[in-house]
Amino acid sequence: MKVKALLAVLFIGIILFWTVEDMPAFGDPEAPATQYLGILYIESALPDIGIENIVTAILASYRGFDTLGEVVVIFTAGISVTLLLRRGGRL
Amino acid sequence: MRENVVIRTVSRLAVPFIQVFALYVIVHGALGAGGGFQGGVVFASSFILMIVAFGLNSVRKRLSNKWIVVYSVLGITIYAGIGLLCLFMGGNYLEYGVIEAILGIPHLHGYLLDAVEIGIGITVMAVMTSILCDMADKGGESS
Amino acid sequence: MIEAFYELFLSRYNYWMAIILMLIGLYALIAKQNLVKKLIGLNIFQTAIFLFYISFAEVQGGTAPIYLPEGVDALYVNPLPHVLILTAIVVGVSVTAVGLSLIVRIYEEYGVIDEDDLMQVVRGR
Repeated sequence: MKVKALLAVLFIGIILFWTVEDMPAFGDPEAPATQYLGILYIESALPDIGIENIVTAILASYRGFDTLGEVVVIFTAGISVTLLLRRGGRL
Repeated sequence: MRENVVIRTVSRLAVPFIQVFALYVIVHGALGAGGGFQGGVVFASSFILMIVAFGLNSVRKRLSNKWIVVYSVLGITIYAGIGLLCLFMGGNYLEYGVIEAILGIPHLHGYLLDAVEIGIGITVMAVMTSILCDMADKGGESS
Repeated sequence: MIEAFYELFLSRYNYWMAIILMLIGLYALIAKQNLVKKLIGLNIFQTAIFLFYISFAEVQGGTAPIYLPEGVDALYVNPLPHVLILTAIVVGVSVTAVGLSLIVRIYEEYGVIDEDDLMQVVRGR
């Protein structure tokens, strides 16, 4: 069982290593990840919103819906643990 | 853990400073590194220190189950409530610029962001404390 | 020859690190019998994915994405992957919490945590 798991993991590892040479180098300023949205957020955060921290500005204003879903996820996890582990008694 | 004088004294000294630092991290989300999630977890870690040093009942006395549930609902109500306020004033849901344009107070966009971060911090603190209190229970707990 | 070695190994070492951590986490998730060890493998796998994603955000010579005071010209790193990973970390914490409480209830109900013994006890009932 463990030998079969090791072989499967090594097979996946060889496939992943094969694609490393196509990825952009570490710290490349021309990488496609920073081209469209990264530069747009850096330039337009201070005129639009007026606070200094770009990460908080994106998290709470540009992507506010994702943060609302986030808080609902953590609330659901809290309620689930309470319902599973409360033995006897009321909520 | 209960009999050790050094641990009890150091914990009693350290808990207020940890809580003040957690409030600092929540409120300074707009000026530097920080925010709602980070500050909420630091605040919950002060309660975890009290559980480890003084036993479970010291936190149960101060934060009963009813208040934990009230706090966790209060935080998410603040977040969704500010979104609904933007909807009533004529914009889209969670569009803070509409309130700033109508009321005319400068920098209101930044202040609304701070209020939303405080709401997130309250919910995260309550849920982290509740998870640890439920798991630290030994066999059988009623209300 | 030295050029090829530099291109493949030294300038892309972040991908190598992330892939090796991913393989360690995947092996622990599949091959271990204890349920708690499987959860730890899941956590290692998640951490590898976070490191892989955040290493996309680096710009050479850049500083943290907080605006410096007026007049100072600076190069900032890309802030978008940081935001997405903040959400993913919180989801990871929630999954770990619910998984651990499920393991506590399984232990109270059946008395074993090992995977093979658990299958025997469940089929024997």
